[in-house]
Amino acid sequence: MDSIQLLFDAPVLSVQLLIDGLLIGAIFALAAYGMALVWGVMNLINIAQGEFVMLGGYTAFFLYSAGVHPLFGIPLAALLLFFFGWALYKTVVFRVVDKDLFISILATFGLSILLQQLANQLFEADVRTAESGLSSWFLFDGLVTVSQIKLVAFGAALVVGATLMLYLKRSRMGQAIRATAQNARAARIMGIDTDRVYAATFGLNAAICGAAGALVAMTWIVHPYLGLPYTVRAFMIVIVAGLGNVAAVLVAGLGLGVAENYAGFILGAEYQAAFVFGLLVVILVWRRFWLGRQRRYLR
Amino acid sequence: MNPTIVRALLYGGFVVLALVAPMIASDFLTQLAFLWVMIVFALTWDILGGQMGYNSFGNIVFFGVGMYACAVIQRDAGLSYYPGLFVGMGVGAALAVAVAALLGSGILGLRGHYFAIGTLGLGIAAGELAGAWSYIGAGSGMVPPLYPGRVGGRETFFYYLCFAVAVAAFPVLRWLYAGRFGLAINAIRDDEDKAEAMGIATTRYKTAAWCISAFFLGLIGAAVGNLIGFIDPRDVAFAGPTFGVWMVLMAILGGKGTLWGPVIGAVIFHVTQELFWTYLLGWQRVALGFLIVLIVVFFPLGIFGWARERWPERFGHRVEEPPAPPQAETGK
Repeated sequence: MDSIQLLFDAPVLSVQLLIDGLLIGAIFALAAYGMALVWGVMNLINIAQGEFVMLGGYTAFFLYSAGVHPLFGIPLAALLLFFFGWALYKTVVFRVVDKDLFISILATFGLSILLQQLANQLFEADVRTAESGLSSWFLFDGLVTVSQIKLVAFGAALVVGATLMLYLKRSRMGQAIRATAQNARAARIMGIDTDRVYAATFGLNAAICGAAGALVAMTWIVHPYLGLPYTVRAFMIVIVAGLGNVAAVLVAGLGLGVAENYAGFILGAEYQAAFVFGLLVVILVWRRFWLGRQRRYLR
Repeated sequence: MNPTIVRALLYGGFVVLALVAPMIASDFLTQLAFLWVMIVFALTWDILGGQMGYNSFGNIVFFGVGMYACAVIQRDAGLSYYPGLFVGMGVGAALAVAVAALLGSGILGLRGHYFAIGTLGLGIAAGELAGAWSYIGAGSGMVPPLYPGRVGGRETFFYYLCFAVAVAAFPVLRWLYAGRFGLAINAIRDDEDKAEAMGIATTRYKTAAWCISAFFLGLIGAAVGNLIGFIDPRDVAFAGPTFGVWMVLMAILGGKGTLWGPVIGAVIFHVTQELFWTYLLGWQRVALGFLIVLIVVFFPLGIFGWARERWPERFGHRVEEPPAPPQAETGK
């Protein structure tokens, strides 16, 4: 365990890991927020969540290739993905929304494979990135690097999250979405067109993921197979934070970002993906034992 | 004619057809061998998914464990080819059962969609671990020893081996479903809390069911590793997005919760899939994703489920007056 020793010898490395983890965690929290929204309102777990992130990333990349600055790519990716999510709801998702949860999981899993393979065919498997042209700051005599784009991405993630919360709180549609989440049947009796609410919710979720994807494209890389880890991270964050608790989602997202960075450093980069998926299993089993002591189980 | 005789003739004809298939269609031996592999996949998935109501995306773990264990035995045990292979298969199956028993107590306590997503994570985590562990070749995978017989003999041999596993699995499951075990796991599917209240040791039954499915998957995994001749951690051994999803899809297509459903589903799916492979080169995975959505959205009952809804009396469900809905198989 040389790397652990290294961490103790040079505490400044921890600063680097912490900063990187916190900055990436905000993006995880964004995708998780979208998943919690869809889960809470539509009672549907969307496995294609990460594919929305991937598509948002590609939108930002292609806009960048066309000469648009990546920062303007964020709202455009969100807008495009909103319509994509809406269309996906109107064609496929509305058919499974009231079926049992496994059917909707399998259907969205199918969508996820479909989108991933389509992206692989159309955009090719190369790794892409959208250069923002921003530089980095060097702290502690250059031992710690803080790239400005990551900081910008962090801020943008918070802004997107805050905008969404305000939208849900204040706007007419936002109120309808919250009413449907509380009780879909009562909402229908009160004259809310729940089908439209569902379509809007799914579109909003896609838009959030699209924005997150644009941030990913700016700070890291995009490739067709990037989706599933984001879905799994979002799912983990939601089961730890619970539905409808935004502050907890943010905290869990940041925590996951930091944990992942540390794991990547200590175990080595080749185990980082294994860590993410293994952590999912560990968290689920831990939650179950915790609830099982009170004769309850995860619902 | 007496239904027992009809059934015996049917089974006999089936077995004879399978036995002579290598001589008739020797060009498609690998594909035919994979047909039996697919049948084992669908049958073993259905133990949990159909009969017990636990929809797993992670059964592929046992397949991969069996495959790797067998390859390690063949590499390190210093036995000659056939003893090495059979010892490897045995060790693979035993290790897969051990993994199932070990994971069972933790994972099988999860219910519904949490189980589905937890097992999805499990399958991918296993693949990533295998892809990083240098003892078993890490990302570059493993190559099982060469088949010592004549050229082309390998396919024939492994065809019969896969056939043997499938033919062994079917009556074992049939016997299990017919007895107390089948009743218990069906009770767990219909209402786990009530089943527990009735005194069924649910955790024990659930773990046992997973172990049985792991046993056959470990066996077939060991055979498939040698049939393919190359073990890749993510694309062959722990191939969640392909084999892992196909098993679910085949069982659903045929009708989950029935004995013949998964078999029929596997045959139809495998043929369709091979046609995709031939005629849609490059786009076959896209087509598969499309197929998944299509089947799940429009045909979730499956062929047997649909037939049971259509002709309930043929399946031994009494239709009462006024016509009550036939006992729908709800996969909770």
